[in-house]
Amino acid sequence: METLLTVRNLRVNFRLDKHTAFEAVKGISFDIPTNSTVALVGESGSGKSVTSLSILGLLPKENATVLLGSEIMYGGRNLLELDQPELRRLRGADISMIFQEPMTSLNPVFTVGFQLTEVLRLHLGLSPSDARKRALALLAEVGIPDPEFKINAYPSQMSGGQQQRVMIAMAIACEPKLLIADEPTTALDVTIQKQILDLISDLQKRHQMSVLFITHDLAVVGEIADYVVVMRSGEIREQGPAKSVFENPQDAYTKALLLCRPRLDRRPVRLPVIEDFMTGDGHAMHLNERKRGIDAADSIILDVRHLGKDFYSREGIFGRRKFEAVKDVSFKLPKGKTLGLVGESGSGKTTVGLTLMRLHEASTGEALFEGKDILSMSARQFMDYKRRIQIIFQNPYASLNPRMIIGQTLTEPMSIHGIGASAQERTDLAFEMLHKVGLPEVSFYKYPHEFSGGQRQRIAIARCLTLKPDILICDESVSALDVSVQAQVLNLLSDLQDEYHLSYIFISHDLAVVKYISDEIMVMNQGAIVEIANSDDIYRHPKQPYTKKLLSSIPKGWHHGN
Amino acid sequence: MPYDKPHAVSPGLWALAWRRLRADGVAMVSLAIVAAFLLLMVLSGTGLIAKDWSREVGVNYAPPSFVGADAETPGNAAAPTASSASSAESDAPTELPVEDPLAEALAAIRGETRGETQKSETGVPSADSASVDPLADVMADIRAKGSKAEAVEARAATLPFGGDKWGRDVLKKVIKGSETSIFVGLAAAVVATFLGTLFGAIAGYYGRWLDDIFNWFYSVFTAIPYLLLILAVAAVLQQKGMFTIILILGLTGWTGCFRLIRGEYLKHKGREYVQAADAIGASNARRMFVHIFPNISHVVLVQLSILVVAFIKSEVILSFLGFGVPVDVVSWGSMLNEAQNELILGKWWQLAAAGTAMALLVTAFSLFTDALRDALDPKLK
Repeated sequence: METLLTVRNLRVNFRLDKHTAFEAVKGISFDIPTNSTVALVGESGSGKSVTSLSILGLLPKENATVLLGSEIMYGGRNLLELDQPELRRLRGADISMIFQEPMTSLNPVFTVGFQLTEVLRLHLGLSPSDARKRALALLAEVGIPDPEFKINAYPSQMSGGQQQRVMIAMAIACEPKLLIADEPTTALDVTIQKQILDLISDLQKRHQMSVLFITHDLAVVGEIADYVVVMRSGEIREQGPAKSVFENPQDAYTKALLLCRPRLDRRPVRLPVIEDFMTGDGHAMHLNERKRGIDAADSIILDVRHLGKDFYSREGIFGRRKFEAVKDVSFKLPKGKTLGLVGESGSGKTTVGLTLMRLHEASTGEALFEGKDILSMSARQFMDYKRRIQIIFQNPYASLNPRMIIGQTLTEPMSIHGIGASAQERTDLAFEMLHKVGLPEVSFYKYPHEFSGGQRQRIAIARCLTLKPDILICDESVSALDVSVQAQVLNLLSDLQDEYHLSYIFISHDLAVVKYISDEIMVMNQGAIVEIANSDDIYRHPKQPYTKKLLSSIPKGWHHGN
Repeated sequence: MPYDKPHAVSPGLWALAWRRLRADGVAMVSLAIVAAFLLLMVLSGTGLIAKDWSREVGVNYAPPSFVGADAETPGNAAAPTASSASSAESDAPTELPVEDPLAEALAAIRGETRGETQKSETGVPSADSASVDPLADVMADIRAKGSKAEAVEARAATLPFGGDKWGRDVLKKVIKGSETSIFVGLAAAVVATFLGTLFGAIAGYYGRWLDDIFNWFYSVFTAIPYLLLILAVAAVLQQKGMFTIILILGLTGWTGCFRLIRGEYLKHKGREYVQAADAIGASNARRMFVHIFPNISHVVLVQLSILVVAFIKSEVILSFLGFGVPVDVVSWGSMLNEAQNELILGKWWQLAAAGTAMALLVTAFSLFTDALRDALDPKLK
């Protein structure tokens, strides 16, 4: 097989400040064959994006240096030695790129048609009318409905999936030989993700180009890749044809990555984590099945009836437009069980969580907590219940106050609610909670920026636990975490549930994760409940078409897909 | 406090910012200059230096030492010359010199009345009619008081950086003036930043109608021309003085800060850490000032230092226009105001001294502010 691009001994340094440098990529080598898809897989900090940026010469000049001896050969030339004008001629024409966030990659003040024809006119020198014709053809090719109309639309008037399609249209406009896709589906819903993946693999075959697909999600890789390169901390752990990497992984880390992600068909008591494999005892895994599900005997702790939440946006001078974010949602949460809340973006699942916390004011309905409606009581009365319902947010980087040491963060809720008789007692409790979530005592004196994402999420969990809550709302709490860290946090949540008999409302767009942690699952779409059932039942026998569609969009990975 | 284990506590964001700042050479030089000025201000304020700035130690318009004594101006002239006499009458002197400036004229008049033909060089209108010195008693009194001082006070022909109209040391004047100017700048900036931060926090955090009210107030306030506003406040306050200037500048200068802090609060109140604080039951005030404020305090700090620079300049402008400090107080602005007349006479040193001091401080402060902003915002690197 012919080779399109060769990476040899690529080393990239990042300068942190005057004296310290950090080696982001430590001498990696791999090939991209013609007419095939290579997946670069790794968790955050593995150097996969740095690798792709150095191919295009897009590394930030101020603090990134490609070390001597590195080679990226394309068409007989070392891309690292080309000057800027030559590189610019290559970019877009021979090698093009699509990014993770379509919403920020398109310029919001120009129509998509303008941005698309700009590419065509710059690189191919087409006349305005030819460019427009070609743009319409491209939009049709990437599956934009009614291109004649959409070509005049602004990016904000399109959905995320359509924006990503436009990005792809721009990327393939000049018939590139290599398309670099940097996490192109991570920001998208699962149904849209499937469509985009199908589109990319379809285009790859039709245009006979090569695709370098960068992702953290092995399941996605299994769907589309011919070759897989697994990276960790700047090094390649394993590479080879997809079949051999998935069916017969050699490296412990690859094995770990394949197994620590929750799967739809199994539910071990504890998910395996990377350390299990890296320390060598990969076989001593906790593969007993955990039993999940609710039955009629469970006592109900929270009874939500006809919950509704409307938002209003201004329209005209005096008019306002009503938007129903949540419509007539009713469910019961049993004590010590998990209710999974699944839906795509805009389905209202987060709004449900925030409304129950009274971070949003409910428009209609009631939520009976041990028989008392917490939505209608005064703020003072709610104070007692506030302690008992806690929430863990999605982004662990944003949910901790960066100016407070962890000790302050943990003791503050206790002093507000008068838990613990003295400051000393509260400090002791804080240490106990740190221990509980598996963090060393010294964390007490540190600031949030010194912790990784997973550790921060543990701190957020510890903060909630200090209040000894009955209900914990997890709003996409593991979605921003790497797969291996995700498994650790999910294990922690399961352990805590066993120990404290907590009830969870687990909100996520990730169906596999929800399936793993939930006893009962509620599927939401456009503010309303689609289906609510025991978690095993809903995956085995979905009743509603929407649930079926959602389930069929989940990337199955290698084991099922190919 | 349960956190008092200094060896274990990690460097906070402020400590990291300080580390970044320390690595910046320009910032450290600027900081040293600003600190030197502040030290000067404190020393002069406590009376350790430049206490005797108003003493007339040199001859009128004594040139700087490095220029050398002016040939036209007699150095230790026993009797004041005609030029000095004329200068004495050009402006109403605030402090009477110990010698009688009219002595010569009076002598001439007396001579005239005695029948000797002597031409009066001075234009005292009442010369013809007055045969008796009307100020004789006062002069005798002053002479009696000042006789000791007069004996000591031999006037220097040159001063380190020259002298002003009354022979006061310009260098000491600059030091004393810096006390006023920097204090006014700092105090007014603190007032303005405090108002701006408070209004901005309330408007941004609570939003809705409170925000509307503050925004209307802001819009109306900024619609008035700045100088007019200053004059209006000055007219209302009705008195001259340092305190008045601080109030004028403070009450008119909060607008920019308000806008910025309001934006910061708008941005931060939706952040997850603030929602998390809400979830654990923190009150509004606690969220506003314990949680959000430390996260935007760097913005406030940078605003504060920008305003200090602006207000030092504003004080100069106000004093230059005559709305500034009263005549018995010296500031860089009042020095520049005096200097405009002197410059015509070719006496440039007062202008140079005040101008250099101000330019040095303002430049150093601005550079420092810039570096501070970079140090506090690591993303900007």
